[in-house]
Amino acid sequence: MARLLPKKDAVIIGLGWTGSILAQQLTDAGLNVVAIERGPWRDTATDFNIGYMQDELRFAIRKDLFLQPAVEAMTMRNSLSQTALPMRDYGSFLPGNGVGGAGVHWNGHTWRFWDSDFEIKTHLTKRYGAGKIKDLQLQDWGVSWSEIEPSFDKFEYLGGISGKAGNLKGQIQPGGNPFESPRARDYPNPPMRMPYASALFADKMKELGFHPFPLPSANLSQAYVNPLGVRMGQCSYCGFCERFACGNYSKASAQTTILPVLVKKPNFEARTECEVLKINLTADGKHARSVTYLDAHGVEVEQPGDMVLVCAYGLMNVRMMLLSKIGAPYDPVSGKGVVGRNYCYQTSAGARLLFEDKHFNPFIGAGSLGQTIDDFNGDAFDHSKLDFVGGAGISCTVTNGRPISNRPTAPGTPRWGAKWKQATAEGYQNAMGFGSQGSSYPVRENYLDLDPTYTDRHGRPLLRVTFDFPDNDIAMSNYLSDQMEKMLKPFNAKYSAVSRLRKGWNSVPYQSTHNTGGAVMGGDPKTSAVNKYLQSWDVPNVFVIGASAFAHNAGMNPTGTVGALAFWAAEAITTKYIKNPGALVPA
Amino acid sequence: MKQVIFVAAFAALSTSAFADDAGKYQAILGDCAGCHGKDLSGGVTLMTPFGKLVTPNITPDKDTGIGNYTADDFRAAMKQGLAPGGKRLYPAMPYPYYARMSDGDVAALWSWLQTVKPVKNSVDVNQLHFPFNMRIMMAGWSLFAPSSIRVSDVVGKSDAWHRGDYLVNGPAHCGACHSPKTMLGADKGPLTGAVLQGWYAPDLTSDPNAGLGRWSTADIVDYLKTGRNAHSIASGPMAEAVENSSSQMNDADLTAIAVYLKDLPASHGNGGPATGAEAQMKAGKDGYDINCAACHGPDGKGNALFPPLAANPNVLQVRDNTIVRVVLAGTRAAATTGAPTGPAMPSLGWKLSNQQAADILTYVRNNWGNRAPAVSAETVERIRGELHSGS
Repeated sequence: MARLLPKKDAVIIGLGWTGSILAQQLTDAGLNVVAIERGPWRDTATDFNIGYMQDELRFAIRKDLFLQPAVEAMTMRNSLSQTALPMRDYGSFLPGNGVGGAGVHWNGHTWRFWDSDFEIKTHLTKRYGAGKIKDLQLQDWGVSWSEIEPSFDKFEYLGGISGKAGNLKGQIQPGGNPFESPRARDYPNPPMRMPYASALFADKMKELGFHPFPLPSANLSQAYVNPLGVRMGQCSYCGFCERFACGNYSKASAQTTILPVLVKKPNFEARTECEVLKINLTADGKHARSVTYLDAHGVEVEQPGDMVLVCAYGLMNVRMMLLSKIGAPYDPVSGKGVVGRNYCYQTSAGARLLFEDKHFNPFIGAGSLGQTIDDFNGDAFDHSKLDFVGGAGISCTVTNGRPISNRPTAPGTPRWGAKWKQATAEGYQNAMGFGSQGSSYPVRENYLDLDPTYTDRHGRPLLRVTFDFPDNDIAMSNYLSDQMEKMLKPFNAKYSAVSRLRKGWNSVPYQSTHNTGGAVMGGDPKTSAVNKYLQSWDVPNVFVIGASAFAHNAGMNPTGTVGALAFWAAEAITTKYIKNPGALVPA
Repeated sequence: MKQVIFVAAFAALSTSAFADDAGKYQAILGDCAGCHGKDLSGGVTLMTPFGKLVTPNITPDKDTGIGNYTADDFRAAMKQGLAPGGKRLYPAMPYPYYARMSDGDVAALWSWLQTVKPVKNSVDVNQLHFPFNMRIMMAGWSLFAPSSIRVSDVVGKSDAWHRGDYLVNGPAHCGACHSPKTMLGADKGPLTGAVLQGWYAPDLTSDPNAGLGRWSTADIVDYLKTGRNAHSIASGPMAEAVENSSSQMNDADLTAIAVYLKDLPASHGNGGPATGAEAQMKAGKDGYDINCAACHGPDGKGNALFPPLAANPNVLQVRDNTIVRVVLAGTRAAATTGAPTGPAMPSLGWKLSNQQAADILTYVRNNWGNRAPAVSAETVERIRGELHSGS
């Protein structure tokens, strides 16, 4: 028998970006909130000590901050006809672990998806006709740009995002991204100072007639006091960002923006090292009563709540819904069901350039330090004569010159020995690159469900990921590779090469921790698991918040949109739901 | 081991117990929680120059707290340092300061204390070694200690000044940490700075170098209210004092404290030019650029999060205990409603040699317009040893 605890107003599963934002907003509205987090408590002062944080072996190679497969693994396959197998280690993507979640070790690229993303089906159908997207499961998100824009603004000001507006209330701003959707005001902080490689990239792109702009960054260009009064430092360009926590208080995360305020609130409680097993529903399956979790000592505890907010990593959100039987599981054969539907990823390629006489000083780096062009992203360019939809941002970022993994060499260089050493010495100052981060559009056969064979340490089925790059996205990515080939010329590099994406997603080499969909938001309960407020259609006192709600993934990093959706859902809960609990949108 | 002192065989006396904001405010002014713990059940170890003291339980628990006190008992403890039965309290309990409190304020505090949740926590208070474990010694101590504190009869000062005088030298007992002590533990040279539990509680006089001479009244209020201002940031024991006490004081009282401190005559003793430190300064600059500049800035000006080192009084004290300690062991700033972040200074003791730390600190103490005596490798070595031994 689980130990039964007194009821809370809201029970939050996971204390990362979304859990922290929801907890902050709901406690401000006076609710009693408990956040239940599987991993450890983590704090900048005690866990991300600047004196030892820059340890590449510990954090980047041995992945000290990440979720370990012993805690939760997944099985993976490329198609329905294959048998999925559990991976021995996370590779292609690296979910976070502990308080702050993946928001601790992210790079800080903070994008806003575009107005055309939120109404993608309507937009593309209108521009190209329904036939153009007939093989894709694209659908509108159920929320309009004018509704969601203020939530992007809240997230950017919370995190002190450093960037340059490209479209202020419809007025295109020189130096910003002319393709972004209209914003009410500029970023809270100016762009970061550019390293040489990114500045060179921007110059060449301008020569080619494109529109480079500074990548919006959660690595702060200057010290900042956010609207909660929490102070952040200036990024020191140390080059230990992705895979690392920031010891310098200069990368936006739950720790650096919210938790100092949240943890002091009497109506907030965090329980760490407590793993939620499932959400318990009433007998009719229409109302969540409580969650059951195992505490740090392995004791089973039941925590009742008036509301349950599922705020884990997107993939885990979907698994929690499937395990708790909230919403109908998606069936890729019939196309029916919603939980697991529209799983998407990211479709990327890259260009490498090697020079002889440069001094790129790659040690001057940061997670989100660079220049981007969006001339080939989303629907910024005309697809009418092309055999695909979607696109990619092309960015030149300088993230690091770390000694273990950043050893660029010319092709044909031996992998070890004196010649390799000489080549790495020459390559270190002379290498740069840029890459396309492409959209990932849903197709019927890419989805998430529970594995029929493999279970976790508690006997629960693992999540099964069935994914391959759709033909549309391969065509898109190869088109982007063609464009990058053309862009190489003015650089006059000694050596250069562009990679091309092929079918056959491989779960081993790292690609991107941008897993989206599976519990998507929308206006139709037949094709979405949650409504436009991220409220479960089936169990209205459950909200599922995160990238799991993305109806597709754009050619941008997801965190900015995840943060916006968190503020959007929080506003719906605090202004609508708590006054009148129940479905906010009639099914 | 000595017996718990507050086990007293007095008959229980019931007193009216009601939530009393005025009394609670007195507890904030006096920072009871600072020594007796957030729930006031004691057990906090205080390192005094004479040895270890563990603070008693002052919740209304009858067995282990002060549940058997009368109002008169409480007043005698607060203002005369006398426990029931005539035992003398160690002046780590700052009754020499509380003696300035009005009987009304003490009574308000008493009635509030009775509304606090009783906690059973038996504390072995006296862990001093002979001869300081002999309470009879305290008779002499008590005789000397309060001498520097007198009820103010100064004329020609503002009401705010008088209120500030009362708070600083009364309930807020600033001198308990910031005034140097005589051999017998009494204050001398009020508020000119003093060594305390391995820290140096800085000079609060209007000395423009080490003191608050360059701070405006608003700067002082800002510091006490939030734990930070444009010049410095509270850490160590002061972080606790800010969190538990000054951040919860009302603005009028904070202004009064500031007005009073700004009027203290400059100490003129602290600070001074570095001597023979040219090589140290050069080595120190390299060490600073590598280890410190990322947060405190190449210009020593800090930023909205990290404190400046230029003109920061903590850097400029005549005694270097605090800065050496902070570099070796790290520290964490106060986290308050007004400044919730509570940033940390990392420990650098594992990566800096005694000489490197001394060089960096000498550079910091004598650059950007700062001037203060050089820090020696021997000092760093001594403090490193004290940190390792936990004293």
